[in-house]
Amino acid sequence: MKYYDKLIFELSKKGRTGFSLPENEFCASRNCGRKPSGCLCNALPENLRRAEAPALPEVGEVDVVRHYTNLSQMNFGVDTGFYPLGSCTMKYNPKINEEVASMPGLQALHPLQPASTVQGALEVYYNMEKALSAITGMSCFTFNPCAGAHGELTGLMIMRQYHILRGDLKRTKVIVPDSAHGTNPASAAVCGLEVVVVKSNADGLVDVADLKPLLGDDIAGIMMTNPNTLGLFEREIGEIAALVHECGGLLYYDGANMNPLLGMVRPGDMGFDIMHLNLHKTFSTPHGGGGPGSGPVGVAARLEHCLPLPRVVRNGDGTFGILGESDESAGKVSGFMGNFGIILRAYAYILSLGKQNVRLAGKFATMSANYIKESLKECYKLPIPSVCKHEFVFDGLINDGSRPEETAADGTVTPAVPGATTLDVAKRLLDFGFHAPTIYFPLLFHQTIMIEPTETESKETIDEFIAVMRKIAEEAAADPMILKSAPHNAPISRPDETRAARQPVLKFRDAE
Amino acid sequence: MSKIIEGLKYSETHEWVKVEGNVAVIGVSDFAQKEMGDITYVDMPEFDDEVTREEEFGALESVKASSDLICPVSGTVVERNDELEDAPELINQDPYANWIIKVEMSDPSEVDALLDAAGYAALIGE
Amino acid sequence: MATFSYFPHTEDDIRKMLQRIGVSSIDDLYNDVPGEFLYKGEYDLPDAMSEQQIREHFAALDSRNTKLKIFAGAGAYDHYTPSVVPYLAARSEFSTAYTPYQAEISQGTLRYIFEYQSMICELTGMEISNASMYDGPTAAAEAMFMAIACTKKKTRVLLSDTLLPNVRKVVETYARFHGVALGNIAQKDGQTSLESLKAELEAGDVAGIIVPAVNRFGIVEDFTGFADAVHEAKAIVVEYCDPSVLAVIKTPGEWGFDVAVGDGQSLGLPLNYGGPYVGFMACAKEHVRKLPGRIVGQTVDAEGKRCFVLTLQAREQHIRREKATSNICSNESLMALYVTIYLSLMGPEGMHKVNSLSSCGAHYLHDELLATGKFEEVFTAPFVKEFVLKPLVPAEQLQQALLDAGYFGALATEEGYVSFCVTEKRTKAEIDGLVNVVKGL
Repeated sequence: MKYYDKLIFELSKKGRTGFSLPENEFCASRNCGRKPSGCLCNALPENLRRAEAPALPEVGEVDVVRHYTNLSQMNFGVDTGFYPLGSCTMKYNPKINEEVASMPGLQALHPLQPASTVQGALEVYYNMEKALSAITGMSCFTFNPCAGAHGELTGLMIMRQYHILRGDLKRTKVIVPDSAHGTNPASAAVCGLEVVVVKSNADGLVDVADLKPLLGDDIAGIMMTNPNTLGLFEREIGEIAALVHECGGLLYYDGANMNPLLGMVRPGDMGFDIMHLNLHKTFSTPHGGGGPGSGPVGVAARLEHCLPLPRVVRNGDGTFGILGESDESAGKVSGFMGNFGIILRAYAYILSLGKQNVRLAGKFATMSANYIKESLKECYKLPIPSVCKHEFVFDGLINDGSRPEETAADGTVTPAVPGATTLDVAKRLLDFGFHAPTIYFPLLFHQTIMIEPTETESKETIDEFIAVMRKIAEEAAADPMILKSAPHNAPISRPDETRAARQPVLKFRDAE
Repeated sequence: MSKIIEGLKYSETHEWVKVEGNVAVIGVSDFAQKEMGDITYVDMPEFDDEVTREEEFGALESVKASSDLICPVSGTVVERNDELEDAPELINQDPYANWIIKVEMSDPSEVDALLDAAGYAALIGE
Repeated sequence: MATFSYFPHTEDDIRKMLQRIGVSSIDDLYNDVPGEFLYKGEYDLPDAMSEQQIREHFAALDSRNTKLKIFAGAGAYDHYTPSVVPYLAARSEFSTAYTPYQAEISQGTLRYIFEYQSMICELTGMEISNASMYDGPTAAAEAMFMAIACTKKKTRVLLSDTLLPNVRKVVETYARFHGVALGNIAQKDGQTSLESLKAELEAGDVAGIIVPAVNRFGIVEDFTGFADAVHEAKAIVVEYCDPSVLAVIKTPGEWGFDVAVGDGQSLGLPLNYGGPYVGFMACAKEHVRKLPGRIVGQTVDAEGKRCFVLTLQAREQHIRREKATSNICSNESLMALYVTIYLSLMGPEGMHKVNSLSSCGAHYLHDELLATGKFEEVFTAPFVKEFVLKPLVPAEQLQQALLDAGYFGALATEEGYVSFCVTEKRTKAEIDGLVNVVKGL
């Protein structure tokens, strides 16, 4: 990757254009209608017009193509190399998915078109709902949430709506494990729920003894990630589900870590009432540099009436319809019916998996994670040695290379050497063509390195990663500075983030 | 070693209090600023806001963390250190000279429950 | 073991990996899962399809949709997408990248988001933009929370009666669960009534108001006096706007408003049956700490080179957890890239031309439809590309007749009006064709 320092604004030259639009047939024909209102200037009175045109770049088509091609070359993606990024499930994004989602006919559909004109699109929703229900053991799904956190919020709205409809208004608290993704408590707060934290035990699992006293008639439910963010299966989920249900609460499944269970375990069978899936994790749609994602939410049958609307239904005659309104729905959570383009990609992926290959995905992901864990535990601290699922955590280097200050017999002082940290390991990985793992999360350890390989990485890729991680550990032991000054081969070296936050420059005009 | 100043009162959440008549001058300890690292923003209450003992009155932010400021006393904000708006690094430079807010106390006896310098030193293990 | 192109594991690989782990089969790695939870049944899924079968399956699905000329808007606009936009945005260095937390190898993403933020600020006349939201309606809901956060102890937000119904409904859903009281600002002659606003402000406890720049009747609203009235009541104004039209109409910044939100779909994104779109959100500088979502800022690297990073992250969920400004995490980054490339190609002149062509076509259709005698004019206020008329034939019959002829338009409003939208993609011949259908009714 090479450094390229332009911004599109800096390529701008007054009068240059990059668009191609038709001539104005209306003004030309002078057939604008009764009022001479056809021209924009006539349509808009002076006081409703902006004073100056927006200072957008004025560039040619070639400038645009070269600029964004150059920018792309400063980016790392799944197609560039391996992402051992824990909790993010950076699996390969199949190209046939992109092709079918880009079909002009599908892209041209207006979201308010009557059901009779979009039967193909509605069938996609219907088939996806069936497929996801089969995979997760839930009864039905909404596709309206546009991302995982949006799904969490929607799921919690459904949870609250369920209690509200039963007239059970006291349930305003939701239990969240201390190892949960940050979005869990944040989604709860947006939904107007108070967060109660349940601790993890020494094995890294939800502490059932700590959970029991929290349960009561004010608990709306519990949010769980299973396997949790340490990659551990919450083996006591059966008891937890029974306890939470007994107190009248519901169980929410955070689908961020669904991948190892794909084809193996169904959240519905574990007693979960509501869950979301990240189609951009488990179902192979691209992350897009931070979206668009899609966060469909599934519920057990007794919660179906609380699903947000609109949703797709099958009519008696086999055609598909759109259910737009109901008194019991939690409401409307996005502009139309979610990120259709992403749902198309995930649908293509599910068709390619089919009932046969779906059995393999989770297993391979789990095998690869355990293989890396066992291969690196001599160099990196492994706080929880048990079998993991799709991901696991190390707690930093075993030998970080730090040395205390030393005073020799002749009085010369060798200053202390600070050890290499998890951040340093992460940055050094970039030099070897790998993305960094997730670091400093979960917060249960000080030097967390969270690794998730996914099932689409070959043994050769993983072996190469293991070799590099070992080499980095050796470098750290010998000279931590090699790590501390990394990356050495990236387009930029480490950025000054403190400066960025203290003196924010957030747009081109501020930078000029 | 973190700097601890004799004569100030300290909370277990690392705020210091200097009593000036009925007014409590409040800042954060040297230990706290070291733990935070480079402070990038100080979230402060507005003039005339009510604050309550043991409740949050603002936050310190660094690049990768945010730490709530917990009020050691109850009362009304009579002054805030606006200099910190543009120069949060002042707290890193001298956390005792650069106070955050001044509070007109509604119950000055609340100060008695706070730690003295020796007690705070023991708390942070120094 | 069946071969599958996305899973590269050979029998030999599996054997060696299991050997290192020290188990005899992959199933052993699931020994910690209670047996009752291991799914033993067959998954109720279709048989695995080959790539060719998938392609054919989708072609069949597509054939069950009707191809229509779009004369509808209501929050989703059929503007032209230049070929360069999807071509560049499809580059896998952009599309398969993760969120740019590792700035050193994400300068491509970070730079285009910085450009996007800069362009959103240009269009809205606001000082600060975030890196995007899910869509316009959810951005409006977040703006409602921002109003509450900016004004502390107040609990009420007013929505104009002229907001698009899907925006209103999403805001209502978020408000109900979060515990925000909503009030209504009535309309007068199709526009948000200043008089009604003042009465509501008088009633007190108002944290903010949300008003549309171009409303559900297509009218470009005149907000003279709004900012002063709302600021006097120590509340903030949120404008919901169509960013394409903002290239020519008075901006929220010029009106003196505090927050601008809307959907960037009109900036070159395909209709895509409702998504992915891209919400945008911009605000005045003083409110930056309350702005939700990711923000990219400029800084320098260790060698002094200009670079870009995600910044002001202490507002966000991964740090602040339940105290974050929002729970948003993934946004619509790749769609923000669409917008950025689109606006780069269009420039100020192109954006003016898009609006001019749309406006000319819309006014032409408006006048031609009235001339058929099948409609009555409802409002006389200025509009750009979208307008409503009162049909003298049943709205359903009208819409169906248009559908039968291959046109989608005449969306019914709750008042019984019908709306039409014309973009630069609609030719005079298409408009004449639609009008001929109406004439035949």
